[in-house]
Amino acid sequence: MAKKKFVVASFDDEEVLFPAVKKVRTAGYKIKDVYTPFAVHGLDHALGMRETSLHTAGFIYGITGTTTALSCISWIFTKDWPLDIGGKPHFALPAWIPIIFELTVLFAAVGMVLTFCYICQLAPFVKKHHFHIRATDDLFVMAIECGEHTNVDDLVAFMKSTGAVEVDVQVAEEGWWLGRYDKDEVLFENKTVAA
Amino acid sequence: MHLKYESQLREPLVYGHKTFHQVTEDIVRPIEAKPSKLWYIGFYIAVCLLMFGVYSVYRDVTYGIGQWNLNKTIGWGWDITNFVWWVGIGHAGTLISAILLLFRQGWRTGVNRAAEAMTIFAVMCAGQFPIFHMGRVWMAFFCLPYPNSRGPLWVNFNSPLLWDVFAISTYFTVSLLFWYSGLLPDFATVRDRAFTKLRKRLYGIASFGWTGSTKHWQRHESLSLVLAGLSTPLVLSVHTIVSFDFATSVVPGWHTTIFPPYFVAGAVFSGFAMVQSLMIIIRKVFGMEDYITMGHIEAMNKVIVLTGSIVGIAYLTELFMGWYSQNKYEGYTFWYSRAYLFSPYGWSYWGMMCCNVLSPQIFWFKKMRRNLVVTFFMSVIVNIGMWFERFVIIVTSLYRDYLPSSWSVYYSPTIWEIGFYMGTFGLFFTCFFLFAKYFPVIAIAEIKYVLKTTGESYKDKMGHLEHVPAEVFAHSGHGHTVVENHATN
Repeated sequence: MAKKKFVVASFDDEEVLFPAVKKVRTAGYKIKDVYTPFAVHGLDHALGMRETSLHTAGFIYGITGTTTALSCISWIFTKDWPLDIGGKPHFALPAWIPIIFELTVLFAAVGMVLTFCYICQLAPFVKKHHFHIRATDDLFVMAIECGEHTNVDDLVAFMKSTGAVEVDVQVAEEGWWLGRYDKDEVLFENKTVAA
Repeated sequence: MHLKYESQLREPLVYGHKTFHQVTEDIVRPIEAKPSKLWYIGFYIAVCLLMFGVYSVYRDVTYGIGQWNLNKTIGWGWDITNFVWWVGIGHAGTLISAILLLFRQGWRTGVNRAAEAMTIFAVMCAGQFPIFHMGRVWMAFFCLPYPNSRGPLWVNFNSPLLWDVFAISTYFTVSLLFWYSGLLPDFATVRDRAFTKLRKRLYGIASFGWTGSTKHWQRHESLSLVLAGLSTPLVLSVHTIVSFDFATSVVPGWHTTIFPPYFVAGAVFSGFAMVQSLMIIIRKVFGMEDYITMGHIEAMNKVIVLTGSIVGIAYLTELFMGWYSQNKYEGYTFWYSRAYLFSPYGWSYWGMMCCNVLSPQIFWFKKMRRNLVVTFFMSVIVNIGMWFERFVIIVTSLYRDYLPSSWSVYYSPTIWEIGFYMGTFGLFFTCFFLFAKYFPVIAIAEIKYVLKTTGESYKDKMGHLEHVPAEVFAHSGHGHTVVENHATN
């Protein structure tokens, strides 16, 4: 697992953040990510991210559910054990609609949530580096990756000029690892938080 | 002429001068503080009820459901009444979290978390009744379609009772996923401000390592939207299928085509009443008046009066059809067994009518909609009324059907039927008390998202605009420049 150097700039207002993102990108720096306490609409586009295709995955899981239900029920009721229910047809499609629908929804929902957790690498006991403890509270935290040729001092000064309230340099692990939060992290009382 | 930036129609969603940090503080405080005496008392009562329920169920399993007063004619009594009642209550949570999300109703953010929790606990309670009604509960897995050594003899996919198995379990699973995926960012907020090791660790596990990355938020938004889109037809289907348990039979009083919409409206009606009861308690106990505002209470009361009236129309339609069909069995069920006050169960019909149709009409008055005492009282009344509705549907249709020789004697529950019902109250409130203590009862991230366009801070920021003449504003090209100019002036 490789550690990398990041310049971390924190903003307290999204209206300052957006122009800053634009400036940093025009200056040619590579933004690793921006960590926000809530979903800031339009930030994904400002960072040049492509649209997520999670909903397409959801659709595929959904039709998998539909076909699973339809094929299982029709095989069971017409081939494996045809029950004579008052002489009604064995292939009773209208009566199967509720279960087919429920299975469509179930497959789509479960599949999407699992896919979401997988692609975001979220799971119990998973631990990631947090650039700023207030990123889940009230700060918008931008992490900029430093390459070999990045002049860190210049970058820090540049970030201050964009309106960041806090700028610091961190060497951090990029991916995730398994660990315990109380071991790896400083507790809340040790941090100064503006009320 | 001057501009009015503030909507004259919509109230702010959040009151007070709130910063993002203040929102976190306000909502996380109950988790970090020691619970009040009131919490302990409530929790203790809930656990006592739960224990009584556990004992009743223990007896049901040991001695069989013969200890209930069900008989050959009234095969469904309190158990299925309670099942339908609890499932119905669950529906409001999904309505608030999913349907109002699709309709872009901003006010849902204040109440959706607790309402979804209510849904999950209510569905858990509901599930107990059909499971233990089976009698030999250790055979419950027979209702799952799996290849077995009995033939394989499969379940009957054409039966509404099996549709129920699929509907309720899917509903529970999807609601749970929807609720938990929304909780991830908020658990991360609690984790990052934890000042004890244990809390940091537990919320660290619960938050799945959430960081708040933009890409994750983007996917999270997409996930929420699709889950809302899936939950919306799901919630309608669940109570539709519950109504099919009755409507696909040929029992007079059950065999009607209006059952699905009528049941769904009734479910939303009772669910909102339960949300109302819980919200009024939560906002009082935790001091959340700034987040669960009178605007929220009023909006929910509007839903109550609407759905209550839909249910009322359904009752009247049924009565009309009972006469118009000229079917003597239908006529007997609707006009004698139900609507005739002095028939054996006439009291339950009129109890239902008063609680569900007549009394909610006071919510046409704004003053009543915004009165907490009236709202709380009405929310309890509505839930009693909706319990009566299910009792009326089930028992008054069953006790006298086509064959007078099989007409039943008067049915009243035994203590163990009542105990089972009380036990589910215990389960519900035990879960709810634990939820209120250990979970963020309001969706923190969602409140922060709407905070930008509501609340006092926003008002202060935009307030300058009111002093700008409309002509200047219109010709300056962009509102923001005017704000900035005025700020510097």
